[in-house]
Amino acid sequence: MVLVLALGDLHIPHRAPDLPAKFKSMLVPGKIQHIICTGNLSIKEVHDYLKTLCPDLHITRGEYDEDTRYPETKTLTIGQFKLGLCHGHQVVPWGDLDSLAMLQRQLDVDILVTGHTHQFTAYKHEGGVVINPGSATGAYSNITYDVNPSFVLMDIDGLRVVVYVYELIDGEVKVDKIDFKKTTAATHSAH
Amino acid sequence: MILAGIEDEDKWLAEGIAGIQHNAFYMHRALDANNLRDALKCSALMLSELRTSKLSPHKYYDLYMRAFDELRKLEMFFKDESRHGVSIVDLYELVQHAGNILPRLYLLCTVGSVYIKSKEAPAKDALKDLVEMCRGVQNPIRGLFLRSYLAQVSRDKLPNLGSEYEGGEDTAMDAVEFVLQNFTEMNKLWVRMQHQGPVRIREKLEKERNELRDLVGKNLHVLSQIEGVNLEIYRDTVLPRVLEQIVNCKDELAQYYLMDCIIQVFPDEYHLQTLETLLGACPQLQPTVDIKTVLSRLMERLSNYAASSPDVLPEFLQVEAFAKLSSAIGKVIEAQVDMPIVGAVTLYVSLLTFTLHVHPERLDYVDQVLGACVKLLFGKPKLKEGRATKQIVALLSAPLEKYNDIVTALTLSNYPCVMDCLHDETNKVMAMVIIQSIMKNNTCISTADEIEVLFELLKGLIKGLDGTAADELDEEDFNEEQNSVARLIHMLYNDDSEEMLKIICTVRKHIMAGGPTRLPFTVPPLIFSALRLVRKLQAQDGNVVGEEEPATPKKIFQLLDETIEALSSVPSPELALRLYLQCAQAANDCDLEPVAYEFFTQAFILYEEEVVDSKAQVTAMHLIIGALQRMNVLGVENRDTLTHKATGYSAKLLKRPDQCRAVYACSHLFWVDEKDGIKDGERVLLCLKRALRIANAAQQMANAVSGTSGPVTLFVEILNKYLYFFEKGNPQVTSAAIQGLVELIANEMQSDSTTPDPASDAFFASTIRYIQFQKQKGGVVGEKFGPIKV
Repeated sequence: MVLVLALGDLHIPHRAPDLPAKFKSMLVPGKIQHIICTGNLSIKEVHDYLKTLCPDLHITRGEYDEDTRYPETKTLTIGQFKLGLCHGHQVVPWGDLDSLAMLQRQLDVDILVTGHTHQFTAYKHEGGVVINPGSATGAYSNITYDVNPSFVLMDIDGLRVVVYVYELIDGEVKVDKIDFKKTTAATHSAH
Repeated sequence: MILAGIEDEDKWLAEGIAGIQHNAFYMHRALDANNLRDALKCSALMLSELRTSKLSPHKYYDLYMRAFDELRKLEMFFKDESRHGVSIVDLYELVQHAGNILPRLYLLCTVGSVYIKSKEAPAKDALKDLVEMCRGVQNPIRGLFLRSYLAQVSRDKLPNLGSEYEGGEDTAMDAVEFVLQNFTEMNKLWVRMQHQGPVRIREKLEKERNELRDLVGKNLHVLSQIEGVNLEIYRDTVLPRVLEQIVNCKDELAQYYLMDCIIQVFPDEYHLQTLETLLGACPQLQPTVDIKTVLSRLMERLSNYAASSPDVLPEFLQVEAFAKLSSAIGKVIEAQVDMPIVGAVTLYVSLLTFTLHVHPERLDYVDQVLGACVKLLFGKPKLKEGRATKQIVALLSAPLEKYNDIVTALTLSNYPCVMDCLHDETNKVMAMVIIQSIMKNNTCISTADEIEVLFELLKGLIKGLDGTAADELDEEDFNEEQNSVARLIHMLYNDDSEEMLKIICTVRKHIMAGGPTRLPFTVPPLIFSALRLVRKLQAQDGNVVGEEEPATPKKIFQLLDETIEALSSVPSPELALRLYLQCAQAANDCDLEPVAYEFFTQAFILYEEEVVDSKAQVTAMHLIIGALQRMNVLGVENRDTLTHKATGYSAKLLKRPDQCRAVYACSHLFWVDEKDGIKDGERVLLCLKRALRIANAAQQMANAVSGTSGPVTLFVEILNKYLYFFEKGNPQVTSAAIQGLVELIANEMQSDSTTPDPASDAFFASTIRYIQFQKQKGGVVGEKFGPIKV
């Protein structure tokens, strides 16, 4: 069992002062094995904070990131799953599932995690999963009105991944759970 | 003698101890034999050892303690008349025959204590007699120890209320008189010690003298223990007499120690009721006395007393403790002209702590303390010294910590004045403390007026202070400070749109004065704060029909346009471009076509003129295309202008792959997959074909440079775009075209000249798999994909 924290679009300090206190108290060091962050942190202090939660930190570049060395896309393998990471502003139309599916094919991944829209979504798509963890600070967005702060925790266990989405609604943290099973038919063993 | 080395002193001490032991041995023999005459002779000889002048106070104490232990045995003997057969009255006469004054007085004190105990003489008279007679020894060390002995043996025999030695109505007063007199004499002796010995070792001597302080202070402790000393006696007799001695002795060491002693040994409620007297002595002390520590301790004690029970609070009010302390501090600072600033500020910190504890609701007191501090600092060079600035920071932080609410601190009119007295560095440190307090407490500052005051406090961060050259600043520190300001801007908020607009204007006014280095940090949060307001007004739209509504999105956009323009001239063009695009989209959502178009134009101008880095151009282009794709408010003409520009610039990016990707992304500008969205299949196809041409050119160029073709990724990407529009029902994108593209890619991949690339292979394979997946779906989709053979 591996816990992966997926989050992004914090936009600190451009659009939000900090992570919500409720999230901060939930996110404690030592529980998470990997962090994948879609980008737009936007400053080093946030990077350093995430690093304290878990040293294995993977970040792609959002259009507001101070650190220009983050890559545009990144792939990594966790257990039986291949994960792809990208901020998403490069994929027009923004947040469009069919266009993201093309990126998923391009990166050849089981799970694609993107951001930019500040709207939590998780779709099962062509045997894979496309996840957007939303904005961890509930930052303002042109694409999404009334953004609730949210992040995603993925529990990867064998061929199964349980996606927990934590959403802060009116000061209360709501948790939702989505279960995905990777079918062996969809594994890309040919390569 | 005092010049002697340590070794000599050790020798003399050893000799003294030997002398005591020797004579004590014979004294014991005499005691065992109940031989009074020999006992007196031997004890006098033993006590003669205390006549030495060769020892330092520390060593003398050692000697004294040995003699003291022996005298206990003698006292036991004296008490038992059956052993020596002499009445206590006669004994008292008898010991006066001892030849030397010092042994005589020790013996007298010893017999005297027994005499009192026997009740054959009134305690009062006996004690008075003894305390008078001790005047005979005027050598400071010998005198101090002798009187210390007297205090020790008389302690449990004082005529006290309820004690068995009670003798009349004024018993407590008699005891007080005795102790006060002994105290006065001891203090005189102690003070006199400073004039002894050569000047060059004065420091060492003073240190030794300091070691004897508890002998003197013990008397105050005894006074505090006398049960009969009630508030009246303390107020009318004890305190005035003790203070008189303290003030008159004019000795720094004694004054500091004894003042502190008073504060520590007597009860808090006495201090509270005699504040005026106690504080009145402070300005009269020597100018070098560390009065700030004394007063700080007093205030600390009183604060704790106040905290001990809410019942005592009325007492504080009744005696006007704050006013008295405040005025005393003022007088002390005036009297002690040489007191360093840090000392004075420390006093005010203590006073502030006191009032925050005792009168938390009295903001006027807090402001008074700050005001006094301003008076102190005003006109002086700005504080640089570390300890003083630390105290100022403590002073200014205390109200923040107490109230956990900056808004309260903002009402303190002297707060900004104190900030002004700070050196730039400290001013910034304090500004950061204020911001951190706001963030920690999640304080929302909700009026423009409060923000004016707040920003005045923070001006060191927001505008920078005169005299700090930019190159002096550490970049990391500067970034941290400015990011804090950026975070703070989100805490300035009001639900009321009118007030919120005022807030935005106020913030804008201040941050615009921040100069080119600060704007990139402070402008974005302001823009987003304003866009949130726009979003809100947009939701309210229609509710305020007919009303004069000054806070309109249009007005805000005007403000934002000017703000971002300032940022673009900083120059920070990439950030400005992003913000223009944000505003364009927001204006789009407000149905403000001209505004949205204007923002887009600004973004394009920046792109053309200012964004020069090729990588930055690629990102900017994606953002432009992405934003433009979402615009639905534009009229045909405006839209054409912008899409034309976008496709044009896409094709002009530096690298071919970037060109190709931007151009195929542009295809989405002509096909918006929404109801009533633009669906211009022809122009979509034009874009895709143009992308293909660029991909070909890229391929050829790779061939020319390295002799091998580049990877086929671009073709696969375009294939995917073909599939996208095919699926969306664009009639211009046909299954035949897709078929052709699939074959082309397959051929390319098999070609020997193509660079093998597993990533492209995987991409192509998954694309083919996708086509198969769609074919197998059946229904409309399956039928549509049917003709494509893979």
